[in-house]
Amino acid sequence: MVIEFYLNNEKKKIDIDASARLLDVLRENFGLTSVKEGCGEGECGACVVLVNGRAMNTCMIPVASIMGKSIVTMEGYKHTDRYKAIETGFMEAGSVQCGFCTPGFVMATESLLNQNPNPTDDEIKEGLSGNLCRCTGYNMIIQGVRLAIEKGAGLW
Amino acid sequence: MVEAFRPQNLIEALYILSENECTIIAGGTDLMVQRARGFALKPDFVFPLLFIEHLSELKQIYNNSNEIHIGACVILTDIMQNEIIPEIFKEMIGKMASPPTRNMATIGGNLCNASPAGDTLPYLYAVNAKAILQNANGVRTVPIEEFITGVKKTCLQKNEILTDIIIPDKKFDVNIYKRLGQRKGMSLTKVSLLGLADISKNRIRDIRIALGSIAPTIVRSSDIERKMINKSLDEIKQISYEISNQYDKLIKPIDDARSTAKYRKKVSLNLIKHFLENL
Ligand SMILES: Cc1cc2nc3c(=O)[nH]c(=O)nc-3n(C[C@H](O)[C@H](O)[C@H](O)COP(=O)(O)OP(=O)(O)OC[C@H]3O[C@@H](n4cnc5c(N)ncnc54)[C@H](O)[C@@H]3O)c2cc1C
Repeated sequence: MVIEFYLNNEKKKIDIDASARLLDVLRENFGLTSVKEGCGEGECGACVVLVNGRAMNTCMIPVASIMGKSIVTMEGYKHTDRYKAIETGFMEAGSVQCGFCTPGFVMATESLLNQNPNPTDDEIKEGLSGNLCRCTGYNMIIQGVRLAIEKGAGLW
Repeated sequence: MVEAFRPQNLIEALYILSENECTIIAGGTDLMVQRARGFALKPDFVFPLLFIEHLSELKQIYNNSNEIHIGACVILTDIMQNEIIPEIFKEMIGKMASPPTRNMATIGGNLCNASPAGDTLPYLYAVNAKAILQNANGVRTVPIEEFITGVKKTCLQKNEILTDIIIPDKKFDVNIYKRLGQRKGMSLTKVSLLGLADISKNRIRDIRIALGSIAPTIVRSSDIERKMINKSLDEIKQISYEISNQYDKLIKPIDDARSTAKYRKKVSLNLIKHFLENL
């Protein structure tokens, strides 16, 4: 099936098996390796990207579902001011250790703050509940989000 | 390469289904996991895929003469953010999966997957929800308890699409939802109880109890509920143990990776008692 969509704000067209996982298409066909495969069943959040501005797990998206939609991965998002705020927050709080889960956490943070620019700690936990981290620890990540909110005041 | 259809509208989708045996795919959060074959491999689909998640006819929420219609392809996040949906239903949906999964998962998919642990189901059973099914020739309306016929089984015919779920536009005085899982985020339900009641002058006027994950389908008994109508809250407290025991034979849990049958049974009966004693 021919799928037309926007990838990091550029129009793309690809002829591909409709059932291919968006995760594999982004990594294998477009070389976007910020999108990680963790569990492959929607539980770990390592493959999360933004689809029309909302966080989604690409391991569960058959590529035909994204027809006409806008996909943003870390490769595109990193050029934004919002990303800079999250990056600074995460660096200062030590929210990154091995880094494997980080792109997913950044995407989930963007999706959360876009819906709710001033979340409580509980709302941050709930907003990031679809992302697992196995080494840094969640306290530092939540702290990173808090700092990002301060640094990026007015951006969301 | 698996064949796939991406119709422009519902009529086209129904026509495709009348001509082809297809696997309908909505949000894909059940199907893509059930059919996954692993890293960098295409999922294992036998029949052509019919994509329906984008169809605007299936994405509406509106009320109409005391009923709320929810399109089958409305995603869980949009139900939570809609002001006409009863709060208790939003609270239940907020406890499902995680935000990214709720951004993809549809209510219709939760019904059609017909898992005993489907978390929208206790509400839909408690309020006597109806499912609207369409094929190329017409429409039929089926009560939820007839729509789901067993574990992972529904009455959907091969040429039918679930288009709408209808719930009454009604709020109850008492709304209690308890859901037990391994942890708060992202775990399948071990046992759940939804209790709804209307009370006036200290007496029960309407009461609904629905239990999830403890039998092949959701457990609800109109017979037992009827016996409680017009009883005072004090009377209910006195007979709460007796009533919870009447549910005993309806609760047929299994042992699985998440929990044991014995635990599920005991907790369900305790949850019923707790609900009745705290009306
Ligand atoms: C990480 C994770 C966590 C989860 N947590 C929960 C949870 O807490 N509680 C819970 O209940 N579920 C949970 N689920 C299961 C799943 O997300 C839900 O059941 C969801 O509502 C399924 O909807 P979908 O649109 O993704 O279904 P799909 O996978 O697209 O479809 C599911 C089934 O329904 C059929 N179907 C879908 N729509 C229609 C239609 N309109 N007409 C006819 N047939 C149709 C499909 O053919 C398929 O058989 C979880 C899943 C994952 C991956």
